[in-house]
Amino acid sequence: MGSMIESQTGSDDSGFFATRMDSIVNWGRKNSLWPMPLGLSCCGIELMAMIGPKFDLARFGAEAARFSPRQCDLMIVAGTLTWKMAEAARTIYDQMPDPKWVLSMGVCASSGGMYDSYSVVQGVDMILPVDIYVPGCPPRPDAVIDAIMKLQKKIERESPTRELFSPSEKDESGTGLFQMAPNQAVPPARDGGRDEGA
Amino acid sequence: MSTLERMAAILPAGTFVEAHAEKAKDGILTLELEADALAQALPRLAAEAGFETITLVTAMDHMDADGAVKGQRFEVCYQFLSLAHGDRVRLLLGVDEENPKAPTATKAFAGAAFMERECFDMFGIVFEGHDNLRRLLMPEAFEHYPLRKDFPHRGIEPDKLYNQWNRERGGAPS
Repeated sequence: MGSMIESQTGSDDSGFFATRMDSIVNWGRKNSLWPMPLGLSCCGIELMAMIGPKFDLARFGAEAARFSPRQCDLMIVAGTLTWKMAEAARTIYDQMPDPKWVLSMGVCASSGGMYDSYSVVQGVDMILPVDIYVPGCPPRPDAVIDAIMKLQKKIERESPTRELFSPSEKDESGTGLFQMAPNQAVPPARDGGRDEGA
Repeated sequence: MSTLERMAAILPAGTFVEAHAEKAKDGILTLELEADALAQALPRLAAEAGFETITLVTAMDHMDADGAVKGQRFEVCYQFLSLAHGDRVRLLLGVDEENPKAPTATKAFAGAAFMERECFDMFGIVFEGHDNLRRLLMPEAFEHYPLRKDFPHRGIEPDKLYNQWNRERGGAPS
């Protein structure tokens, strides 16, 4: 947390430190990523190894895999997404509260991989906004941990408070600070309003 | 009694289109039957010929690479195993493209239900008499039969059903 100023001793022993709002919010977010493990095939096994004690994702604050999307903010798409499963994956993503990120684990999730086929989504970025891709078939747990560290660096660059202080400058880099979880299945359209039909 | 003798006992006389064991590379006795003879044989296979297990229901598409079809396009394949006699038999039924119907094996073999559903899903073979002939693997609204040889391997608008679902719930286009 390089941007924080060293604690200075005040009149009592409690101390204080000064920092930027963006820094403290991003610091909290990046060190408490709770993954939604969407384990769809063999990548799911590597995902389990990554969360387990040997590779120990807890070192990066991201070991609390929850199976309720309401408690998650990092969707890890681990494996082959079929078009039949795509509706479920998108619904789970919509049910996750903001801010949220998507990690595409393995070549199947990133591009369809070897399944150049009628039944497989040719890259989950066709249906989800992916933040980081991990190649490999399956990727080693180290590679996914590296991706999560890179995602932490990406979260550091976001400006979640910009929208709060100057609403005209919409923060496109991240997901904003005060966007609440959409409790309905319908996500807001990209222009901010509801997309009526289309 | 040989496998062929046991099968001949339950089939009406003269109903073999062709019987060959040597043409099949795995050496399994293979009988090409008419639909009527097959429908009569299926309920008697377990009790009278000793074939108490169904191991396979699938189909073959005989379309050429250039789209030509010689004779009947599909061949439905039922394969049975006799644990008592330690042998197998394969029954084949030629099926037309316009009227792809085959008799169901589910009345005599409950285990055929999912295999026939898969065959219907992938080839569009309609098993007459099946209680629950729905798609097994593909979404129920899927319009094509993916293992037919004239179906492109990348599919025909593979994202159509997803986009339809997304539009209906009012989601942003992805």
